Amino acid sequence: MELNKYQQEVFEKQRPTIENFGKKTWGWTIFFLLWIGLGGYALYLQIAKGHKVTGMRDNVVWGLYIANFIFFIGISYAGAVISGILHILKVEWRKPIIRIAEMITVISTIIGPVFILLCVGRLDRLHHLFLYPRLQSPITWDVFAIGTYFTGSVIFLYLALIKDFAIYRDAKLNVPKWKQKLYKILAIGYRGTKSQKRHIRISTNLMAIMIIPLAIIVHSVLSWIFGMTLRPGWHSTIFGPYFVLAAIYSGTGVLIMAMWVYRKMYKLESYITDKHFVYLGYIMMVLGAAYGYFTFSEYLTDWFGSEKWNSEVIEKIFNPAKYGWWFLFANVAGIILPIFVVAIPKTRKPTLIAIASFFMVIALWVKRYLIIVPTLESPLLPMQDTRMEYVKYSATWVEWALTFAGIATFFLFFTLLSKFVTIIPISEFGGKEKAVVTAKEHEDENGKVPE
Amino acid sequence: MKQQEEINDTGRRDFLKTAAIATVAATACGSLVCSCSSKKATVSQKVKLLSPDGEIVEIDSAYLNHQEHMAIVSKLEARQGIAGKKFVMVVDLSRCKNARKCVTACQKWHYRSEETEWLTVKLIKDSDKAAPYWFPKQCFHCDNPPCVKVCPVNATFKRQDGLVLIDNERCIGCKFCMAACPYSTRVFNWDDPVIPMDIIGQTYSAETGIPAKVGTVEKCDFCPDRAREGLLPPCVEACPNGVFYFGDENEDTVSNGDETISFSQLIKDRAAYRFQEELGTKPRVYYLPPKDRQFPVERGYENLPDNLKERFKEVMEESNLLEKK
Repeated sequence: MELNKYQQEVFEKQRPTIENFGKKTWGWTIFFLLWIGLGGYALYLQIAKGHKVTGMRDNVVWGLYIANFIFFIGISYAGAVISGILHILKVEWRKPIIRIAEMITVISTIIGPVFILLCVGRLDRLHHLFLYPRLQSPITWDVFAIGTYFTGSVIFLYLALIKDFAIYRDAKLNVPKWKQKLYKILAIGYRGTKSQKRHIRISTNLMAIMIIPLAIIVHSVLSWIFGMTLRPGWHSTIFGPYFVLAAIYSGTGVLIMAMWVYRKMYKLESYITDKHFVYLGYIMMVLGAAYGYFTFSEYLTDWFGSEKWNSEVIEKIFNPAKYGWWFLFANVAGIILPIFVVAIPKTRKPTLIAIASFFMVIALWVKRYLIIVPTLESPLLPMQDTRMEYVKYSATWVEWALTFAGIATFFLFFTLLSKFVTIIPISEFGGKEKAVVTAKEHEDENGKVPE
Repeated sequence: MKQQEEINDTGRRDFLKTAAIATVAATACGSLVCSCSSKKATVSQKVKLLSPDGEIVEIDSAYLNHQEHMAIVSKLEARQGIAGKKFVMVVDLSRCKNARKCVTACQKWHYRSEETEWLTVKLIKDSDKAAPYWFPKQCFHCDNPPCVKVCPVNATFKRQDGLVLIDNERCIGCKFCMAACPYSTRVFNWDDPVIPMDIIGQTYSAETGIPAKVGTVEKCDFCPDRAREGLLPPCVEACPNGVFYFGDENEDTVSNGDETISFSQLIKDRAAYRFQEELGTKPRVYYLPPKDRQFPVERGYENLPDNLKERFKEVMEESNLLEKK
């Protein structure tokens, strides 16, 4: 593979990141592994002793795990929707950031479903899902939807990687033999011929188009796990679009955070520019407003209608003595903060946008918790139970350990993957896109890059 | 493993025996809901049995293994249900005084611990001014069951006789049915259930629900194994006040053990209602409103142990019923 000047420049800049693992990376890897080990022990306890070790009981049958499940599938939208849409719209500035976005997608789509498995009492019977599938069940829809979505995102990520693998293969990198061999296999004989280029282009376009409806289906189906029940706070017609929107929103937030971290860590300021943060900030702002609108109309209708059963849940969520403060946090940090940080020119800076994203992402996790737990704590018939753990959910250390193990796995996969492929796609920088590389200097007022 | 095989073996042997008993029971008891109590074969009584070779043999019943619970039906039959039946329950709220005999009878019959209440009695207060009343609640065996709709593996199913049962050998424990049931009917085995000695090795059937299994969901099953024998569920039999009527909608009879009456007449005369009709779940349990109550509410509270009192304290206080004491 012949590289042009710009590609060479990007490649040389990132070469050390895939050639050397580095002491720091080892440190992080071990740190993450320790967390995962703790999670593994928690999982062992949960399997050996039964779900009694969790805070879940007959009323609150789902807890942290389901919130994590929605959360991880949510952030996977970074690659699917953001990168997919930007690809279709042929937005040039997307190129340095799509790999990060698609990596988020693939990794979080691996971790998300693990959390739903943690809710399952009989993991030894998982094959029943395929032996006796019932098409009426939203869980069956989920199995198929997530399976397809995961396959789709892996293909989408891989298609964008083939050219780069060919570059790594030909670059005589100073890496162990197995790694070179792996690059060779993964490059599947790509030499940059006309027909090869055409095939990759067509397939990438196709996948970009397909991944968007797939992603929308995945989160809609997920929301229907709740929407299809008769419970207050869940049984809502807007749950499908509400969840999809929240997912894209949180995905954007995680993407901004990841960009910030990599930019800092690998000194990629000339590729991941301030403009990238501003543009994604704009996207985040619009999504935040739309998400806020959905939130408002969801709670307004429930509160205004004040049906007895609904009001019970609303009361729990609004009451400062119960979930009121969390609800306030979820809305202030999840809606108001990011909108204002991006809207005010003075605060529209990469670091501040990244901090706002960080709080927004946490707020959206809290929001998922507030969707799950208060509803389950409000059954139709009074509980009249003297066992406190049956009345009120509080997560145990086992659940927290597994939650943090999930987050650690996310970081670990990210770290390992970024040592295997370059964070910024090299092959994307070709002749005509040279301006993109130096976007910072050349961009005009509107952020447009001259041809 | 070896032990497992042995258990399976005895299971198969038991099955032959129980199948034989079933044949007898089926011929002896034509009607499922008969007001007579079924007669158990006693010692030195000769019974006719159909041998596996197809011959009718007469043996002393002492040689038979009398098992209370009989996993007498195949898995398929347990899923299909009893042909021609449509089981219903009518609960007379005016008679309940929270004696809790139904709860303990249920736990005993199903070998469940005290913690597990498939049948529970709530103290319901419909509105601020309304007087509270005792509200026994089993599974409603809905005709439009939200739990069955959401099961991903068909572990919980609706039968032709109206029952909603669970196959705990298929259940994956996702708990979606528990989230979907608006009546909090289902319970989960959060850890290894304590299995009493006398049912160890018993073949599992969705109709008996025993033995319980960790990580699976369970609930009130209307005791179809007893219905096959023409027996009323233990909760119905145990109730000292005849609160529960159990029967067959097709036959239009329900019985509380003391009297057998017309189901349609009963729900017509007493203005029966179904709990939360507006949810559209179409329960198979009808409630007779707590009008002209036979016992004051306090009667169901005073004699309770402290831990149970705690459950209802709030409602009792709200209704100013505790001060009288």
